[in-house]
Amino acid sequence: MGKIQEKIASFLPEAVFEEGQYLTVTVAPRKWHGLARFLHDDPELQFDYLASLIGVDWGETLGVVYYLNSTKYNHWVIIKTETSDRENPLLYSVSDVWESANLNEREVYDFYGIRFINHPDMRRLFLREDWVGYPFRKDYDANPDINPIPVSNEEANDKTVVLEETEEGTIVEKEKILFEKDEYVVNIGPQHPATHGVLRFKTSLNGENIKKIDVHCGYVHRGIEKLWESMTYPQTLHMTDRLDYLSAHNNRHALCLCIEKGLQLEVPERAVYIRTMMDELMRISSHLLFFATMCMDLGGLTAFFYGFRDREKILDIFEETCGARMTMNYNVIGGVMADIHPDFQRKVKEFIAYMPDKLKEYHQIFTGNVIAQQRMKGVGILSYEDAINFDVTGPSGRGSGWACDVRKRTPYAAYDKVQFKEVLRTEGDTFARYMVRMDEIKESLYILEQLVDNIPAGDYAVKTKPVIKVPEGRYFQQVEAARGAFGVYLESRGDKFPYRLKVTSPGLTLVGAVDHLTRGAKIADLIAIGASLDYVVPDIDR
Amino acid sequence: MEVKIKSMKYEDFKDNEYIEQLIKQLQESGTNVVVGSLDELINWGRSNSLWPLTFATSCCGIEFMSVGAARYDMARFGFEVARASPRQADFIMVAGTIVHKMAPVLKRLYDQMAEPKYVIAVGGCAVSGGPFKNSYHVLKGVGEILPVDVYIPGCPPRPEALLYGMMQLQRKVKAERYFGDVNRQEKKPKELDK
Amino acid sequence: MFDFSIITHWIDNLLRSWMPENAALFVEFVLVGVVLLLTYAVIALALIYIERKVCAFFQCRLGPNRVGPYGLLQSVADMFKMLIKELIEIKHTDKFLFNLAPYIVIVSSMLAFGCLPFGRGLIAIDFNIGIFFIMAVSSIGVLGILLAGWASNNKFTLIGAMRSGSQMISYELSIGLSFLTMVVFAGTMQTSGIVEAQSSGWFIFRGHIPAIIAFLIYLVAGTAETNRGPFDLPEAESELTAGYHTEYSGIHFGFFYLAEYLNLFIVSGIATLLFLGGWMPFHIGGWEGFNQIMDYIPSVIWFFGKVFVVMFIIMWFKWTFPRLRIDQLLRLEWKYLVPISLVNLLLMVLVVIFKLHF
Repeated sequence: MGKIQEKIASFLPEAVFEEGQYLTVTVAPRKWHGLARFLHDDPELQFDYLASLIGVDWGETLGVVYYLNSTKYNHWVIIKTETSDRENPLLYSVSDVWESANLNEREVYDFYGIRFINHPDMRRLFLREDWVGYPFRKDYDANPDINPIPVSNEEANDKTVVLEETEEGTIVEKEKILFEKDEYVVNIGPQHPATHGVLRFKTSLNGENIKKIDVHCGYVHRGIEKLWESMTYPQTLHMTDRLDYLSAHNNRHALCLCIEKGLQLEVPERAVYIRTMMDELMRISSHLLFFATMCMDLGGLTAFFYGFRDREKILDIFEETCGARMTMNYNVIGGVMADIHPDFQRKVKEFIAYMPDKLKEYHQIFTGNVIAQQRMKGVGILSYEDAINFDVTGPSGRGSGWACDVRKRTPYAAYDKVQFKEVLRTEGDTFARYMVRMDEIKESLYILEQLVDNIPAGDYAVKTKPVIKVPEGRYFQQVEAARGAFGVYLESRGDKFPYRLKVTSPGLTLVGAVDHLTRGAKIADLIAIGASLDYVVPDIDR
Repeated sequence: MEVKIKSMKYEDFKDNEYIEQLIKQLQESGTNVVVGSLDELINWGRSNSLWPLTFATSCCGIEFMSVGAARYDMARFGFEVARASPRQADFIMVAGTIVHKMAPVLKRLYDQMAEPKYVIAVGGCAVSGGPFKNSYHVLKGVGEILPVDVYIPGCPPRPEALLYGMMQLQRKVKAERYFGDVNRQEKKPKELDK
Repeated sequence: MFDFSIITHWIDNLLRSWMPENAALFVEFVLVGVVLLLTYAVIALALIYIERKVCAFFQCRLGPNRVGPYGLLQSVADMFKMLIKELIEIKHTDKFLFNLAPYIVIVSSMLAFGCLPFGRGLIAIDFNIGIFFIMAVSSIGVLGILLAGWASNNKFTLIGAMRSGSQMISYELSIGLSFLTMVVFAGTMQTSGIVEAQSSGWFIFRGHIPAIIAFLIYLVAGTAETNRGPFDLPEAESELTAGYHTEYSGIHFGFFYLAEYLNLFIVSGIATLLFLGGWMPFHIGGWEGFNQIMDYIPSVIWFFGKVFVVMFIIMWFKWTFPRLRIDQLLRLEWKYLVPISLVNLLLMVLVVIFKLHF
């Protein structure tokens, strides 16, 4: 019996424990909020990082699974809470404990209809307000006549609902006004060059200053997780490349690792090395695109082309080995799809030699520029505590000093065999986030350098059964994608289809922090902050 | 008659029958020399100056950016000025999945564009719904809400494919008529005629 | 050096011999107007092409090369398209002001354009307050931009227009002060007089330190006046979609587009006029032989050559620097450029009084 279990048992004797990958605790909804506060605040537990929040429909009951992690001790616990009321399911919100639960709980409401008491803003997140039904429930009626393609514009809604519990225990709905009538509200997006896709910031302005931002997602919500529930395991892999297409390899790697974990499949060493190298190449290409778009958003158009020019070099390498420029479909369960191209190593070496010079050029043309520095330094400061609280992982979190690199915290693939530095900066401003990415390119090059000549011989994949059935259980795997920790949650009931497969994308929490970061900033700062967070919209909307 | 594109062989285009049919339709209705050559001039101007609307929802958008970037450089053909305002754009590249929530927005963007306007559906998602066809929230092709001029399949299509598709649009524009009846797919709604 | 006034006088005499004086004058006005309009259009199209090529080369691209040889006809094709593109009427707008705005912008830039001395004797009007007039008419443009932003009934355009208003009005100050500095040095406001005064050396050399400072300030402020990067806040694409002209389509948008490029030409033209000797060849006082060789190059080529050099520098700015933020933009003007300009003006006065110039 571990320390965590003892602690929780002493705080909440009726909690039910279950051993597994991590300790799983089942709590009654009514007790959950108190326990959450305890887990977060207790000095020996310090579960300050909500890694994943997953809504699940277990048939009889609806519920939520929380993956909690402590940034200090790096220990994990899984909390499960459920309600059997399918008509009007109510749970308690923990968004006051972990800020990142805010958008995630709205997502659960959107998909499962579970409403959270005391949540500050209980609206749908992805679907339109007039959507009928909750699509992720197992009994959802997918008849297109119920939800036809909308022809009318969405009604502008400046109000939201908050559920509060009175002292007698009854639930009352209260209306909350988001934007007053006389506020100057500008819709930045969904079609706007600076939102990097179709994201909508409903922005209340006071002159050039931003008073408040309300984020609207879902303009490219494709229901991938629901689709997964009717796909066999090898089929599910294809969707990951289209989530965050700029870290396609990393995403797919995560899902493969998760399924392999369920199957207890040992991946050949050669495949592990190839996967690691592909991940790092992907990271570089993503960061190059980040540089390009960041410069473009700040108005430095030429640098945009420089970033793309060098990104093409990596795409060439991908193309030779994987056969595609963007959606590579390269990782498979048990290894990789095909062996590397004979030119792969030579090309990677050429690229390693080519890139450092170009990085210098970038710093000359953009980083060193007075205007660029003024636009970035001191803008959109995210403190260390806030980074954890908002669950801002990846380079953006490391810009605030949070050592959140999954490659270091829980090494996977070949990351325990290579040396590299976790780039950290403490300023937490836009410039820090920018510089972390630029320095990470160097570290990635260094990793590639260590691996490129040491790819072991052998098979590139193990042979798997034609029909893959993952044993019953709950599996979770995180990898470090280009934008942050990318988590995959797999709940299997022993079928050839996953029962529930959810990805925790770094993008959603990044967007959740935008309002906090832009309070009182200028419109131009919003663009700079948005660019420095580097979210990808299909990754948010899924 | 052939619709020519500089430094591309006529035989290299894959759908010459369609264009030839368009031309035949035009020739059958007949026109006088002055108007005909004016038409040609206008079509030359239009086809060589197609400005895209910066619009992208997912992966295809990145390939669209690549087409604009250094290696593929769509500026060579006069597609240079990507406008962020629909009023000033000539065609919309529907690059990426269109979902239910986006559909009215896209339709509105299209309505905001000034005539003549064209639509290119880029990638599997915009063509038919692609890998997300079975989803509850995805449109089965952008053709359900917009009149599409050119379809570019692929997931995502390579930049070369995008350029090819844009050239096809150029050819289509060249086989058009400004004076007399315009052979557009979409008719103006009645209420706008007043 | 060829004096274009020979041609203009010949036409003048010819017309006067044929028809009464008033009619001759009228015909001349029309002629000058048509010629100016044509040059205006041709220069605008050429500039659009040049800008695209220059930016393409900065960005490791080729730029337009399919339409005509080397893509030379690219902007002509753009013009044809723009001319027949639909003009969208928008509901809930002030139709009169909405349609008026692009004309104000283009007329103001045409007026300023008309006053530039393109060569020896090649000037439409030679006022005694020429520089003053140019400055006055070119600042009407901001009115058009404000109107465009206001009349469009769109929040983005309104923000763009307000940005543009605060930017243009602020930077007008620095421009005015650097004008004043050079007028003090030249002793006249007449454009022809200013050019003649540089026959023994361009002002930027003769006026040394204060002239160079004024030139640099003028370059910065001039770039801001034309709404070009890094001062392109009013139409900041990544922030305000297309800024004040978001709602304009067809040729009305074309007017804004043309005016932007022509303003670039005008700003460079004035820089040439005030600092780089206008159409005056490169002369060094006392070197008669050298000066004579320089005189063989026609004055028009001198003028346009210098203008293109200045324009290239301004384009270079745009394709290198990121965009400023609005508060930084205003801080730059009010905290740095204006005080420096004022001190510089004083310095120039001292230089002129004590005859410290060359």
